[in-house]
Order: sequence, then structure tokens, then C-alpha cells
Amino acid sequence: MILDIIITGLIHGSTYALLAIGFSLIFGVARIVNIAHTAFYMVAAFCIFFVTHNLGLHPVVGMLLGVPVVTVLGMVTYRIFIAPIREHEGAVLIGTIALAIALQEVMLLIFTGDYRSVPALVPGYLSIFGVKVQYQQLITFLAALIILGLLRLLLLKTRLGLAIRSTAQDREVANLMGMNESRVALYTVGISIALAGFTGAVIVPLTIVEPFMWLHPLIMMMAVVVLGGLGSIKGSFFAAYILGFAEAVVVFLIPMGAFLKGSVALSIMILVLLMRPEGLFGIAFEEER
Amino acid sequence: MKNLKLLLVFFLAFFLITSLCFPAWAKTIKIGVIGPMQFVQGKGHWNGAVMAAEEINAKGGVKVGDKRMKIELVKADSNEFLNVTDATNAMELLMSRDRVDFVVGGFRSEAVLAMQDIAMDYKKIFIGCGAAHPEDYDTYKYFFRGTPFNSRFLVRTAFIQMATVAGIMKATLGLEKIRIAVVAEKAMWADPLIPAAQGFIPKLGHEVSGVWRPSPVATDVTAELSAIQRADTQIILTFFSSSVGIPFARQAGELKIPAAQVGINVEAQKEGFWQATQGQGNYVMTLNTYNKNVEVNELTRPFLDTYQKRFGEQPTYTADTYSAIKHSIVPAIEMTGTLDPDRLVKVLEVREYEVPSGKVAYIKDDEGRPLHDLKWGPGYLTSLGVQWQDGEQVGVWPNKWKAAEGAPEVTYKGIVSYKIAPWIVEAYKK
Repeated sequence: MILDIIITGLIHGSTYALLAIGFSLIFGVARIVNIAHTAFYMVAAFCIFFVTHNLGLHPVVGMLLGVPVVTVLGMVTYRIFIAPIREHEGAVLIGTIALAIALQEVMLLIFTGDYRSVPALVPGYLSIFGVKVQYQQLITFLAALIILGLLRLLLLKTRLGLAIRSTAQDREVANLMGMNESRVALYTVGISIALAGFTGAVIVPLTIVEPFMWLHPLIMMMAVVVLGGLGSIKGSFFAAYILGFAEAVVVFLIPMGAFLKGSVALSIMILVLLMRPEGLFGIAFEEER
Repeated sequence: MKNLKLLLVFFLAFFLITSLCFPAWAKTIKIGVIGPMQFVQGKGHWNGAVMAAEEINAKGGVKVGDKRMKIELVKADSNEFLNVTDATNAMELLMSRDRVDFVVGGFRSEAVLAMQDIAMDYKKIFIGCGAAHPEDYDTYKYFFRGTPFNSRFLVRTAFIQMATVAGIMKATLGLEKIRIAVVAEKAMWADPLIPAAQGFIPKLGHEVSGVWRPSPVATDVTAELSAIQRADTQIILTFFSSSVGIPFARQAGELKIPAAQVGINVEAQKEGFWQATQGQGNYVMTLNTYNKNVEVNELTRPFLDTYQKRFGEQPTYTADTYSAIKHSIVPAIEMTGTLDPDRLVKVLEVREYEVPSGKVAYIKDDEGRPLHDLKWGPGYLTSLGVQWQDGEQVGVWPNKWKAAEGAPEVTYKGIVSYKIAPWIVEAYKK
């Protein structure tokens, strides 16, 4: 059973990590709480569904088309709806909620509320110490590690990464040093939404495609980000696995309470916050940034 | 000026006389169709009602006393999967704004119970076509079950089907004792099914390997499936009415979990199940109301064919709004010659009539008072057991079923044999 819990926790944690990293990035740099993050994940899933089901093409083609489409859509909506109100955090929060609901309703109109699915990139499963793991789940796990590695490279080894980190530390000083802060924010939004789209592309064969599929991951993603520390990518990564393991433990140890797995994960988040309000890897005071 | 006054008086008198003497000229029988219209269940509600209204109106409408009245449908999106409050608002609008005479539809028990209260306040007959919660006659006099029969009978049918599959597995695979996992979504309708299953399974000589309660909207149940396999399970008894039925079937298929799925999986009742599971839902069995190959009586085939021709798909059980309007409400109105709900209730309670899924009658309580719950059993409504076999949903139950010792065998026309998934055969064949 311990092996089951470890493997299941790693797989679930990877899904949450993929989503939370992008969300954390955009909050860390632009201070935007993008509630629409998982809505873009949902749009990417529908793009892949459309390409595979309606056009009859391979899911990889769907990914190659879906991720750029969602990225462009995200950047355009950011420029039109979010950028003008960026300084007002409350307005941004409400604006992104409205954007998410708008995307949901558009998908509902186009595709209706019927449950749909797309084929796995690699069908079948692998047995690890007697625990059956789908190849698609392994892809998700590997994707989470690769994405984290690439993101780290981007942030630490490139000029854009330097600009993003500088802006994240102090927007005003970064601006004074000649960095175009609003452009950096736009690029960060693009990267973040591309990550959401990529997550949608990787996870979509494991889930159901429907217009409300963004809601459950949103709650878990927010929990991961808050637990890890708002804006901390490293924190999001670790918190994702903590909550993934918590869910697995509930399912295996309390089968009658399997539906409580989300609630237990959220309770862990609250407990940690009571002891450490800034989250596991968050910064205690704004002045420290 | 005098002529103008006369003309005015004439018109006023004309309108007064026409409105008093011929009120039905402009009036129709308004039937509210309420359901989650953005989802398959709501579409079924609407399609069934549309088909019934079209057929009745094409024949001149409903005979109410010496008048004929057309049926007018009013569509109400309950959005009940997402928000029960939306459902009550939609019902309130049907009553106060649209002033409907009857209501059919509803799906989630939690939403239907709230909708029932509103219908009772307005004394409107509401025929439920989706929820399976137990009936409460004292509180809900104007509520009738249209489909399915209540959760007590649903679970009885599911148990019979489970026992049938267990018998086939024992005979085919030589298993001495079958271990059965009970997997029920966390929802009100499924709550009483758990203790019932835990009590009934040992009586059949089998064992309960565990009980799992995933969220109705869970999208990843691989952890539950791993635990079920670890518990050495040969049959999974499912109780799913929500989306969780899709990932459960798909992931169990992908992971080749060596346990046969049987019970209730509403998603597996739909034609879209094969696509939704990418074909991994093969060999899943579920209780169902209709199957395109199975004929329960002489009304089944015309209903299925007309529905297919009109909407391009096979009906799910929520399309029984068709029967609720055509075979229940309309004949009762024509028999009484009135729209008065109290008089109609008395007729509806005692009528017995054929519908495409069997014969409808309402049961009585211990004191002989008529309940508004459907009668279950051979000769009445039994439902079907359907299984996905290589991309096609086929009827597999009742197949030589005897309801009691010495009772006649029941097999509907078009029923075929149940198949055990090859990976299950491979896992257990000695």
C-alpha cells in the first residue's frame, strides 16, 4: 500500500505542479492573481479535442496547434482586459473570474456540456512494483520535471529570465534600470498561459473534456500556490506533491471517504498557514522582496 | 361622435363576450420542461417532450371536455448539475411568469426535491423524469415519478443484475467466491444503497471487498482503482449518475483492472460513452431503460425509431418526458375533461397503462393509500441491463430471468448473452 500511495501521490502531484508553476510565475512577476489560468487549460483541452475528434488528426498535432492558440489568446486578452486595470488587484481578480466564465460559456455554446475525451499520446500502462501506471501519467510526471528544469534555466540563464526575476523582486527599480516592465509582464503572461495550455495538452487524455473542467483544478492549484507561498515556484512544486500525497493517503486509508480527498488536502493547507502564514517558501514581509 | 361611442361600446361588448364565452380559443395547455438543458439529460427531457407535443398537436391537440387544446412547451434550464438554486429559480419562473399547467423533467434528487416544493406551493402536477429519491406522498401530493423507479427498486434491479454476472463468472471461470467492491459516488441518492449492498452481497454467498465513495465529479480515480485491485476484487458494483462514470470506466479499461463493472452508470447508458472513454469502456454493464435492439412491448420499437429519425440518436431515460406527456398527462386530461390538478391526481394514481419501457402503475403504501412511485417487476417496469460489446451497446438482461421461484422466465426481444472481458478471463481462468 505504501508503494501505491507513493506512486499515486507522485502522479497527482505532477498534475498540480504543472498548473501551479505557471500560476505562481505570473503572480510572482506581475502580481496578477489569474483565476482564468485553468480556463486557458480548458480551452487548450478543447483545441486538442477539436483537432483529434473533428479533424481526425493525431493528439500531438492538437498540442502543437492548441498551445500557441491558447498562448496568443491569453496575451491578447491580457492586453485588452487585464493590463488597463493591473494596478487594481481587486479589479484584476474580478476581471479574471469574468474572463474565465466567459471562456467557459463560449466553450459551452460551441461544444455543449457533453463529456468528451481525447486519446492518450501513448496508450497502455506500466506495472511498477505491482502498481499499474498509465504511460500518459508517466508523461505527466516527466513533463512536470522537464518544465520545472526548463523554467529554471530560463529564469537563471537568459536575459529574459533576469528581467523577470528583477521585475519580480522590485518592479519600480526594474523600471528605473531601463527594463520595460509592462513588456516583461506580457511575456510572463505568455509563458504562464503557454504552461497552462501545455498542462491541458498533457493532462487532457487523463480527464474529461467539458466546459467546467477548469473549476476543480483551480481550487487545488490555488491551494498548492498558497501552501507553497504565493509567487514561489519552488514552493508550488513542493506543495503540489504534498497535496498529491495527501489525496492518495485519503483514498487508500479511508476508501469510504475518498470524496474527501480534496477537502483533506485543503485542510492541510489551512493547518500549514496557521503555523506559517506566508506558506512553505513564501516571504514573510513585503519589505523583504 | 355618437357613432364612435357606439362602435367603442360594440367592441368592448365583443371582447367581453368572447373572453367570457370562449376562453380556450387563445389558451393552450402549457407544459414546462425543466432540466439541465446544456447536458445530455436535459436534451433528453426536451426531445422527449417535443416528440410527444408534435404527435399530439398533429392529431388536433388534447380533447378537454368539448374543446380541443394544443400543447405548448416551455423550456426551463435548471442548470442543476452546477447550481441547485438555478433549478429552483427556473421552476419559480415556470410557475409565476410562464404560468404552466404541468411540469415534467428534473434530474438530480437534490434539485428535484427543491423544485417539488415550488410545484406543490402552486398545486401543479410535476412528473419527475430523472431523480430516484423516495417519494413522500403527504408532502408532495402533486408529484409523480415518471422515470426511473425509486432508488429501492433501482438497487434491487442492480443487485439482480450483479448476481447474474456473478453467476456467469462463477460458472465460466470456476471461482468459488466472488469479492465485490461497492463504488458509489458521494450523492444523496446513492447513500442508502451502500448499507443495502453490504447487507445483500453476503446473502448471495459473496464478499464485500470494500466500499469506495469518489466525488461525483472526480476526474482521476486511478488511486481508487489501484486500491480496488489490491483488495482482490472480481466485480465492481457501481452507482454513478454523474461524470465520474466516464473516468472510472476509462481508467479501469486502460489499466485492465480484472473486475467486471456492473450496476448503475448513467454515462454508460448514453451513445457518447464509447467516444468519451476512447473505447476503454468496453464490457461495462449498466442498468438502462432503452436499448436500440431491445423491445419490451409493442410501443418500444415505434418510439425508438421515431426518436432516432427525429433527433439522430437513441433516447436516454430522461426522454421519458415523452411518456409522461403522451401516455400520462394527456389521457388523464381527456378522461376527466379538466385541467384541475386535484381531479387529475385521482385519475393518475389509479391508471395502469403501457409506455415504451413497460407498463406503468403506481404502488400503494401499507394502508392502501396510493403512492406516486412506480411499480416494479415482471409485467410492469423492470428496466434493462445493457453492456458495451465492441463499440455497441447491447441488451443482456433480463435473459431467462425468474423474478421468484416458479415464476415464468422473462426475456425481452433482442436480448443477447453477457460477455466477460478477456483480461478478466485471463486473470482468473484456471
